Amino acid sequence: MESFQIKETPAIYDVIVIGSGAGGGMAVHELTKAGAKVCLLEAGQHYDPADPKYITQMKWPYESPRRGASTRYRPFGDFDAAYGGWDIEGEPYTTKGDTKFKWFRSRMLGGRTNHWGRISLRFGPQDFKRYSIDGLGEDWPIGYEDVSPFYDAVDRLIGVFGSVENLPNDPDSIFLPPPKPRLHEHMLLKGNKNLGITTIPSRLSILTQPINDERGVCFYCHQCNRACVAYADFSSSSCLCKPAMKTRNMDVIYFAMAREVLTDAQTGLANGVSYVDTQTLEEKTVRGRIVVLAASACESARLLLNSKSARFPEGLANSSGVVGKYLHDSTGASRSAVVPALFDRKRYNEDGVGGLHVYSPWWLDNKKLDFPRGYHIEYWGGMGMPAYGFGWGIENMNGMFPDRSGNKREAGGYGASLKDDYRRFYGAYIGMAGRGEAIAREDNYCEIDPEKLDKFGIPVLRFHYKWSDHERLQAKHMHETFEQIIQELGGIPLGAKPTAEQDYGLNLPGEIIHEVGTIRMGNDPKKSALNKWQQAHDVKNLFVVDAAPFVSQGDKNCTWTILALSMRASRYIVEERKAGKL
Amino acid sequence: MKRRDILKGISFGSLGFVGLNPQVKAAELLDHPFDSDDKDKKDPAFKQFGRTEFEKERDAKLFAEQFFNKHEMNTIAVLADIIIPRDERSGSATDAGTPAFIEFIAKDKPEFQTPLRGGLGWLDNEAQKRFGNVFIEITPQQRIEIVEDIAYPERKKPGMSHGVAFFNLMRNLTATAFWSSKIGISDIGYMGNTPNVWNGVPEEVLKQYGL
Repeated sequence: MESFQIKETPAIYDVIVIGSGAGGGMAVHELTKAGAKVCLLEAGQHYDPADPKYITQMKWPYESPRRGASTRYRPFGDFDAAYGGWDIEGEPYTTKGDTKFKWFRSRMLGGRTNHWGRISLRFGPQDFKRYSIDGLGEDWPIGYEDVSPFYDAVDRLIGVFGSVENLPNDPDSIFLPPPKPRLHEHMLLKGNKNLGITTIPSRLSILTQPINDERGVCFYCHQCNRACVAYADFSSSSCLCKPAMKTRNMDVIYFAMAREVLTDAQTGLANGVSYVDTQTLEEKTVRGRIVVLAASACESARLLLNSKSARFPEGLANSSGVVGKYLHDSTGASRSAVVPALFDRKRYNEDGVGGLHVYSPWWLDNKKLDFPRGYHIEYWGGMGMPAYGFGWGIENMNGMFPDRSGNKREAGGYGASLKDDYRRFYGAYIGMAGRGEAIAREDNYCEIDPEKLDKFGIPVLRFHYKWSDHERLQAKHMHETFEQIIQELGGIPLGAKPTAEQDYGLNLPGEIIHEVGTIRMGNDPKKSALNKWQQAHDVKNLFVVDAAPFVSQGDKNCTWTILALSMRASRYIVEERKAGKL
Repeated sequence: MKRRDILKGISFGSLGFVGLNPQVKAAELLDHPFDSDDKDKKDPAFKQFGRTEFEKERDAKLFAEQFFNKHEMNTIAVLADIIIPRDERSGSATDAGTPAFIEFIAKDKPEFQTPLRGGLGWLDNEAQKRFGNVFIEITPQQRIEIVEDIAYPERKKPGMSHGVAFFNLMRNLTATAFWSSKIGISDIGYMGNTPNVWNGVPEEVLKQYGL
């Protein structure tokens, strides 16, 4: 075994950034541009979707011996661009009591942005002030007007398509043109209009027009989750880390699993990070004047809680005791259906972009409902590329529909008529999923498991999480809405509507992969760990720029807000440093 | 038309790109090695599909193992072709490589091993009891007699529930294997996985649906 002696890198960096996802990528992009000497620690490996050895885009299902099926190592399928998953060998996490929590991690440059859905929604003015509206949770220490200029800058830097709608709580971005709807999306637009469910072009960070010479444009293969060879979709690795590397102001250390943020015993300031080289298991240290955490909401909380010293016995930046608390993920519930009007449909290339072309932002007023927060609806369907899972469960479906001559037939079967059923039903399935806002609660948290270590000897996280009726009743409403939408299309819902005993079909917490809130910001140092600049109240040269600082989730996806806030915090760091305050 | 030409068309023509840009690089990279006559593409990375080192080792290990014995493989082949036979439009399940896929997936997802091996055993036993020989040795007509009793879950014929569950699994694995194969994708009429410019649903289709 290699020696375990601690090796010091000689350089002292201006800034050490931990994690290369949306928040870390934006931080290194902004900091290196301003001339700071940056060290980026990434727990996983290098990744570039345009390097032949990583390419999965436009491969056919039969190029995979499992026809694209998922594995433990690629939970979203064999072509998905996420290395890691729910269950990483040697990197466990635990749960408390009957908590069920799932934690998805990507160990690669760009983190989870390489495979995400590219849904890029701004939070609205109300999303920062929910406590003032319904008395639950807390208000953010900032408002929409503070973030708005940074949303604008992110729109211009990265690109997002959509349509100007002037909705009160779903602010428009500076949009590229959206793609036209697919057939089932046209049907949804028509049906939802009858139902009064706002349905508009989706807002995804995919380039439908060129924005610079570094990135190409979308060629409509529907495979953003495989990461784009032309960099036509946003991922932190391609759009932020790569330009940061080009400045020559940054060193990237791969396979660097951060263990602790180090502090000066006298001043209490952060002065470095200790990490484990995951390939050699050596303990190493890197020194810096400022430390920026962007390891993901839960991983950053873990890092602070593990950074204990005589001066910070409860973990770093945790005199408030809030680190790890107020963990919340988006709620999720989904339903699929078959639409007989789409049987035997005409074939054409309907791939489109990697995701939905239309969606429904929250359209109702919670004051008139029995749950406090909203949700948006995402849709899928169309004549997609067959892969593992195609045709599965036809025995539950083909008995419901008479054949082309109108004769009743039996479910299941075999032979020529079965073969023809698959052709007939192709492209007739649709699905929809609600993504809603949960209430941030002190008793939903992650903490350090008192006994368990990962394979690097770092204490692991233990989760405690419960849904309340706020979320359950919201999921109930989602399912009632899904059935209305399906009915309006003349569709037949598949499976059974989930019951109260099944939490109305709520996904497990963590499964939507929108964890936020674990190192929240606020004006009161007793109730928050960070100030409104995402700077630790207790340690002025420590910042957090992933989704951990979020006070509440919004009925939006969190990435666009992570990016805007990371840009804001990074520019603040530059200004403070120039002013000699850091 | 090759992917490369289409992609370059997107970059140069419709969108006014000039010079070398990521679109052109993408065009080079996505020009498929199996479709390509480009002799310069010697990088073995082009020949695989973005595996990590760990995945390469794991897949190689799975390929080196054999789960089903020869008799089981033969039975899978016969059954798969009963489920998806050749017709006027396309080949059969075995033409599309279904048995090899089922062999691989049983090793990749071990939860399938016992239901499949057990089901194959059940089938041979049923054939023995009814016709005095294993499934692949009885006549095609006799095979269909058994299949008729297990292919329709709602008939709920007494004593057949295990056979029905096995047949459901075989039907699903066969369908997945067939329709995700080159033959199946062409038969089903999937026209994507190629660079293009999406310009909405064809006019005549919108008209057909009154949209």
